[in-house]
Amino acid sequence: MATLDSKVPAGQLENKWGAHKAAIKVVSPGNKRKLDIIVIGTGLGGGAAAASLGELGYNVKVFCISDSPRRAHSIAAQGGINAAKNYQNDNDSVFRLFYDTIKGGDYRAREANVYRLAEVANSIIDQCVAQGVPFAREYGGLLDNRSFGGAQVSRTFYARGQTGQQLLLGAYAALNRQVAKGSVKSYPRHEMLDIVVEDGEARGIIARNLVTGEMERFGAHAVVIASGGYGNVFFLSTNAMNSNGSAAFQCYRKGAWFANPCFTQIHPTCIPVHGDQQSKLTLMSESLRNDGRIWVPKKMEDVKAIRSGAKKASDIEEKDRDYYLERRYPAFGNLVPRDVASRAAKERCDAGYGVNETGLAVFLDFKTAIERLGADVIRARYGNLFQMYEKITDVDPYKEPMMIYPAVHYTMGGIWVDYNLMTTIPGLYAIGEANFSDHGANRLGASALMQGLADGYFVLPYTIGDYLSKKIQAPKVATDTAAFDEAEKAIREKIDKLLAIKGKHTVDEFHKKLGNVMWEDVGMARSKESLERAIVEIAKLRKDFWKDVYVPGENGEFNQEVEKALRLVDFLELGELMARDALNRNESCGGHFRVEYQTPEGEALRDDKNYAYVAVWEYKGPDHEPTLHKEELHFEVAHPAQRNYKD
Amino acid sequence: MNLTLKIWRQKNAKAKGAFETYNVEGISPDTSFLEMLDILNNKLIHEGKEPVAFDHDCREGICGMCSLYINGKAHGPDSEITTCQLHMRKFKDGDTITIEPWRSAAFPVVRDLVVERQAFDKILQAGGFVSVNTGGVPDANSIPIPKPDADESMDAAACIGCGACVATCKNGSAMLFVAARVSSLAKLPQGKVEAARRAKAMVAKMDELGFGNCTNTGACQAECPKGISIAHIARLNREFLSAKFKD
Repeated sequence: MATLDSKVPAGQLENKWGAHKAAIKVVSPGNKRKLDIIVIGTGLGGGAAAASLGELGYNVKVFCISDSPRRAHSIAAQGGINAAKNYQNDNDSVFRLFYDTIKGGDYRAREANVYRLAEVANSIIDQCVAQGVPFAREYGGLLDNRSFGGAQVSRTFYARGQTGQQLLLGAYAALNRQVAKGSVKSYPRHEMLDIVVEDGEARGIIARNLVTGEMERFGAHAVVIASGGYGNVFFLSTNAMNSNGSAAFQCYRKGAWFANPCFTQIHPTCIPVHGDQQSKLTLMSESLRNDGRIWVPKKMEDVKAIRSGAKKASDIEEKDRDYYLERRYPAFGNLVPRDVASRAAKERCDAGYGVNETGLAVFLDFKTAIERLGADVIRARYGNLFQMYEKITDVDPYKEPMMIYPAVHYTMGGIWVDYNLMTTIPGLYAIGEANFSDHGANRLGASALMQGLADGYFVLPYTIGDYLSKKIQAPKVATDTAAFDEAEKAIREKIDKLLAIKGKHTVDEFHKKLGNVMWEDVGMARSKESLERAIVEIAKLRKDFWKDVYVPGENGEFNQEVEKALRLVDFLELGELMARDALNRNESCGGHFRVEYQTPEGEALRDDKNYAYVAVWEYKGPDHEPTLHKEELHFEVAHPAQRNYKD
Repeated sequence: MNLTLKIWRQKNAKAKGAFETYNVEGISPDTSFLEMLDILNNKLIHEGKEPVAFDHDCREGICGMCSLYINGKAHGPDSEITTCQLHMRKFKDGDTITIEPWRSAAFPVVRDLVVERQAFDKILQAGGFVSVNTGGVPDANSIPIPKPDADESMDAAACIGCGACVATCKNGSAMLFVAARVSSLAKLPQGKVEAARRAKAMVAKMDELGFGNCTNTGACQAECPKGISIAHIARLNREFLSAKFKD
């Protein structure tokens, strides 16, 4: 029986990580060569971890579902990466970055983890520059910065609108160097379908070769899950189409507890939904809020005229525009955190001021910035984003404002990990978006890249050594054992069962239905009533799925429908877990907004007396309610207060 | 919109492929090209047929996973976009659209429209990196880099590794892909240290993997979804020749 010990070291906040590093064990080079590590996923977390562990001398096997490690969804991150370098002399510091992150997360993250994140962030920038990441620079040759939501300093480093791509190519290059050296072996187009646990410890995985459909067994002394988030449970999200929660969910099924599943980030600036044929939503970077101003018309007659096409946005005079973020939050204006900006957009649209035909859109306008700086400066800053917008919508954002609306973007919840990033299964680690640890109930912009790389480059490579130091005499893990046999048999049976149903509806059709329930009832505004309804509806949908899905083709071939079906099986359970978690949390915090709990001004109303804890769920079998465990959060330095972005 | 689709179907790498014709109806001009294929696949599954396999992931033009040769052009008729960013408003009601996988000896077909591009990984493994380990690096601002150099490095680094350049080239050359990486690193002081070794190793690996020679037709540049310039090929040639000179 696992227990929740966060293993946060004693001592003052700013000394914890240093003291911990000094106290934990290391493995000698000669012994590292004898130890095997499996890494699942090749985004910023997994790519950085696999490369760094390979450099240290471990034998690493790294798996990704795409044809190349470089495709991981980290690549799509646009805006930037935070670090408290204070290069702008604007009084930034490790403490300020820590404080902004804890506050931005609405006081639902672990202080010690967040402080460590802020502490190692500076090294990430150094590392990436050394790898040849072409960050934006000033004319003097030094690095440029910009601002992101939830911060009043400029601490975000960026590479045009492709920061995630450039950071990932850096990690991927480091990974390639290790592949060439032979310390890392790469398995593209392989999907982990189960984690194998023996004697209570992680021993390896079963993976499906996506080209041939064959099951393959891999043993290791430790397994690292870096498979990203589960936002695609909503069907429509900004996540890549193949992003999924299945690797993490198998860990949950095998005994790794799952934390804060209901904490979902709805990003305020995405291209609105256009119709029922849509497959995914496209993000417009938060960096646009540096220069873009968000508004809707003040007068309902203007709203109607815009919807009917009688007026264009540019026809509405300044005095008739409601820059509602600037009005409600003067101190942060358009750069309030994402949860606040998303709810404010929803509030205006619910009041009837949405500006497109569906009534679910607001303007993001660059008119003021273009007048102040000129179109060329705006093009240099955001050219690729403007081009992306025009290609999708056929509207030129240099002339007419963008239309945007919130969309599912990131999941703060994930596998529970202790300070060492180890899950409740010894030897199983979770890093990056796959774990729950650093962002509380809301992640600040430009902090996902920071966390992925912090975990992969600078935290896990230290902490995993402490565990592996006890394994230096352990032999190679055998994969012909009963535990591996059983895991493989269960997967084969699951796939055979899916193929045998031959029902009337496709996987996508079920996924859309699930997404609809999730968005309506477990989305931006949740209530006891909606969540209870969702739990019933998801259970029903799951039953229908297992009776009536049609999965064409066979297992022993390249079969994308089998891949999607297996992922949806997990989403159909994960969605219910999210609803249960949201129902349990009788408060509003960050991205979790319960309509019953709000201030008279419509701000999230936290309940620190009863809910200042991490909700950690233990799997109890299919069709059994999971058990809730609580990790109480203690704030020794950043004392919880209502978040104020007004003054 | 109603459309006729001629799509390359091939069961696996060893099977012989052929074109099959399908019809799709009621497609909105605001639908993306890949969403149109989603609609086709949903229809095929309902008809008890096998859906068309195609690679895709981010659907916003950055992961490089989608491919497709559409009416004889890599990533279709629009310029500087990937297939996932192509929208049906670029076609007319009643059009016949021919869809093929990338055709290149170095990119074998996996199934239907899906190809294997691991050759690109192998080229980068040969030298597409700066040899620094994690940790122990200098402060990020200790090496000033002129803004124009950083910008030019970023221009080249925008490559998404999709393979359109290879698919478009009549020789199946990967010169633009290799040049983008070599050039991006060569423009930065961090990358200069190993520039000679890198250029030689990557070119040698490209040749070994069966990519063709560059004859400067410029087709790759015209079809690159990220608009990467063949000026980078000139820099690669320069780096390569000066490296050979030093031998």
